[in-house]
Amino acid sequence: MTLNSQNSAIVAKNIDIAIEEKATFSYRHAFMLVLKRDLTIAMRHRDDIINPLLFFVIVITLFPLGIGPEAQTLSRIAPGIIWVAALLATLLSLDRLFKSDHQDGSLEQMLLSPHPIFILVLAKILAHWLITGLPLILIAPLLAVLLHLNEQSYGALMLTLLLGTPVLSLLGAIGVALTVGIKKGGVLLSLLVLPLYIPVLIFATSAIDTAALGLPYSGQLAIIAALFFGSLTLAPFAVGAALKVSTN
Amino acid sequence: MTSSAKKHSTESTPDLTSKLTPALLSANKLTCIREERLLFDELSLQINAGDIVQVEGPNGSGKTSLLRILSGLSQPYDGQVYYKEQAIGRCREEFQQNLLYFGHLAGVKGEMTAQENLNFNLSLHGNSTENSSDYLALVNLLGFEDSLASHLSAGQHRRIALARLYQSQAAIWILDEPFTAIDKQGVASLEQLFVKHTEQGGCVILTTHQDLISIDANTVKKITLDYHCDEFLENENDEHDFTEHAR
Repeated sequence: MTLNSQNSAIVAKNIDIAIEEKATFSYRHAFMLVLKRDLTIAMRHRDDIINPLLFFVIVITLFPLGIGPEAQTLSRIAPGIIWVAALLATLLSLDRLFKSDHQDGSLEQMLLSPHPIFILVLAKILAHWLITGLPLILIAPLLAVLLHLNEQSYGALMLTLLLGTPVLSLLGAIGVALTVGIKKGGVLLSLLVLPLYIPVLIFATSAIDTAALGLPYSGQLAIIAALFFGSLTLAPFAVGAALKVSTN
Repeated sequence: MTSSAKKHSTESTPDLTSKLTPALLSANKLTCIREERLLFDELSLQINAGDIVQVEGPNGSGKTSLLRILSGLSQPYDGQVYYKEQAIGRCREEFQQNLLYFGHLAGVKGEMTAQENLNFNLSLHGNSTENSSDYLALVNLLGFEDSLASHLSAGQHRRIALARLYQSQAAIWILDEPFTAIDKQGVASLEQLFVKHTEQGGCVILTTHQDLISIDANTVKKITLDYHCDEFLENENDEHDFTEHAR
């Protein structure tokens, strides 16, 4: 019996050594792994891509029908409409970010993987932005034509969307992570997240309006960029901590 | 008389092992409270390399809570879990490299094929994905590699998740009801895998309502969690009646 346990202790030591040699975990590898997985799932489950995009298009096309086709009115309200629609479309898609992973248990497995959580979270957020944010940006100029957006504003529209939609995904992820354990967290999620979106909305529409007047809008753009980099560096850690609490 | 969670039959392995190497996983005075109900109190345990530990107890006695606490997914109300005498919060990366947790939920995505699911799970935990189709064959999923998991049954989902065990190099296996929805043959081969794993210096902590068939009962350590009714009866009679009724 004694010999046996000594043996097993030696084997245990050997296993330890093997494990130490086994793998140096690379952050890039983990990041790409999760990103690829989320994109694969989205490509096979196209609703996730189409739903928010369709919502975005429908909301924007309904406005000219409701308000009337006067070019002046439409071009006055175009920046606000496009940005509010983008904001709500993102909110609509946020739920999928962690909910399905939480329901089928893969979130637990990710939290228990040896990789730092913020790497995995960042990959998931990037995938979410590629699935929802990027299609919005691509289709936005087309819809801007429908709303008679001022010609000088197109650059500002694209730049604010490019810098602003990632902020929506990043900040939204914090809200989803906090509410993922709650069965009906939808209302709570909007209450948590929408106030955080308001600065982005204000500065983005202000930049587009300023551009329409032919004035420089780099100030507003700089603030959105600051919001982007601030949330890029801080949100993944907040999301990681929130997920730990939610799965507790 | 607070501790009704007792540890039986620790005498099967002599103490020599613990002197040579620190216990793989140990817990000190764990207390778990859920929904204002005390599940276990001051539960201490020590799990060495080569142990198979079966956590027993009726439904709602806190088996899953205990396993989640041991794996670091949940925080205990009080007490601490140690991996090789280091608190698990302090050596997260090292601990999680050596941990394989299998919960109630299989963690299998319906949108991906069996093979993709297994490969993702393996590489997420830093294992090689070579020969992964062989592991699917070992869990009787030969021919289903390229089927979307959403077309497979619940038992097959669990088999996909369990296929990871064959490749895992983690020393600590924490398995919550691994035999649920698995057929008899599958259970037997899993049990053999557990024995092989412990012979190689790993340890297995599992909950199951079935008796282990092919593992010698004397080698299995048992932790029995009791349903904490008596304490409520002694102290807070009314509240106990109420909670019983509400359930």
